[in-house]
Amino acid sequence: MSERRIELEVLRYSPERDREPRFQSYTVPCLDEWVVLDALNHVKDHLDTTLSYRWSCHMAVCGSCGMMVNGEPTLACKAFVRDYPDRIRVEPLANFPIERDLVTVMDDFMEKLARVKPWLIPGEDKTLGSGEHRQTPAELKRFKQYTMCINCMLCYSACPEYGLVPEFLGPAAIALAHRYNLDSRDGGRAERQEIIARDEAVWQCSFVGACSEVCPKHVDPAGALQQVKLASTVDWYREHLLPWVKK
Amino acid sequence: MSRRPYVREMPTTHWFLRQPRYLRYMAREVTCVFIGAYAVLLVIALARLAEGREAYEGFLRALGSTAGIAFQVVVLAFALYHTVSWFSVTPKAMPIQRGEEFVPGGVIIGAHYAGWIALSIVVLVLAGVL
Amino acid sequence: MPKSNKPIVWGLFAAGGTVTAFITPVLVVLTLLAAAGHVPDLLTYDRLHAFAAHWIGKAVLFGIVFLSLWHAAHRLRITLHDFGIRGDALVAVVVYLFAAAGSVASAVTLLRI
Repeated sequence: MSERRIELEVLRYSPERDREPRFQSYTVPCLDEWVVLDALNHVKDHLDTTLSYRWSCHMAVCGSCGMMVNGEPTLACKAFVRDYPDRIRVEPLANFPIERDLVTVMDDFMEKLARVKPWLIPGEDKTLGSGEHRQTPAELKRFKQYTMCINCMLCYSACPEYGLVPEFLGPAAIALAHRYNLDSRDGGRAERQEIIARDEAVWQCSFVGACSEVCPKHVDPAGALQQVKLASTVDWYREHLLPWVKK
Repeated sequence: MSRRPYVREMPTTHWFLRQPRYLRYMAREVTCVFIGAYAVLLVIALARLAEGREAYEGFLRALGSTAGIAFQVVVLAFALYHTVSWFSVTPKAMPIQRGEEFVPGGVIIGAHYAGWIALSIVVLVLAGVL
Repeated sequence: MPKSNKPIVWGLFAAGGTVTAFITPVLVVLTLLAAAGHVPDLLTYDRLHAFAAHWIGKAVLFGIVFLSLWHAAHRLRITLHDFGIRGDALVAVVVYLFAAAGSVASAVTLLRI
């Protein structure tokens, strides 16, 4: 087992004591297989119990430990220390208010996520007794990648448009709306369009594409948003030029 | 325990200097200046064409000035960057599902390049260059 | 908040982006050849005038100019915001008016040929 000492520079912020955030440096002896989250846990357990950060599963499933690692939105449990230089700078996710140290305020995302109705709105009235809603493998594949989203908010952190215009509904919420719109069992697209086809929703996206590049689950929100733009454009022409044609 | 969330504002005028991917994005967006400028050149060309032979041939001579050639070389570079960046995102905007599987992105991008080369050759033939 | 009317301007932006991606590089090659003294056959006065006199030629030339201008105008609107310039409503009016003016000018010119 090789051990390596790294300088872990962590952005600290205490709402009780600090006027503004400041960096604090810790020297951490790391094992080769450690991820940045292990280094943070080492600090918490052995060097400084006051350090606050979120984490849970340690295996890129829960989406809790998103933070900026050397300026890049990353899951701390997926960032192997061996892939970084000896000085690693850890900051809370960009574009979110800092609650304390590496903990951000997630309220904005949570509210937006609920707004797009990210659940199945059945397309046909069917009693439970009349059996399941069937779906072919091809119909499943159509939206499957978007179901991998773990709401870790790395995409919001990477998105400059969200940083510039905080009202922007954002990548993950719109990608999840798209996921249900693509589902053959769903009939809620018209309801969701009222939310996602607004100016401050999909039309705030300028297709930087950073959201898809940082996604730890290989979801492609940028693609979803472009598809929503195309579909919304078709909708617009249908509604304004052919208003008598019912969908 | 008092809550006092700290907001770190994003700099509105130079945020794109933070990451190479933001710079690549801005380079892509800035191509529009050159696409637009070349379109203006086309508008002028049509105006000179309508004015008559002398005006049009004067326009062609102006194109051949050092400034004219430099302008077009820069436009060509940005136009090619626009083409490459535009084609590279086509599979994201227009994915194609055949049966269960999605057509690989490379195939969709490749089809765009093939179409682009074919169209360019057709234009060069029609223009009497090839 | 109603649904956005951005699809009107975005649809033309996307169409223009596609057209310019396919056609602009080869057009620049043609004008560069002309600039270098090897005027392509199509760009000689007689041939280009005959091309622009035909309705198909008019449609092609107008389509290229209009979509190029619109694509550039819309993207410039977004880019100015990215460079920190606020006042999107005014920016939008200015860039789209510019694109419309250029398009009308080329349409009028083409109808005179």
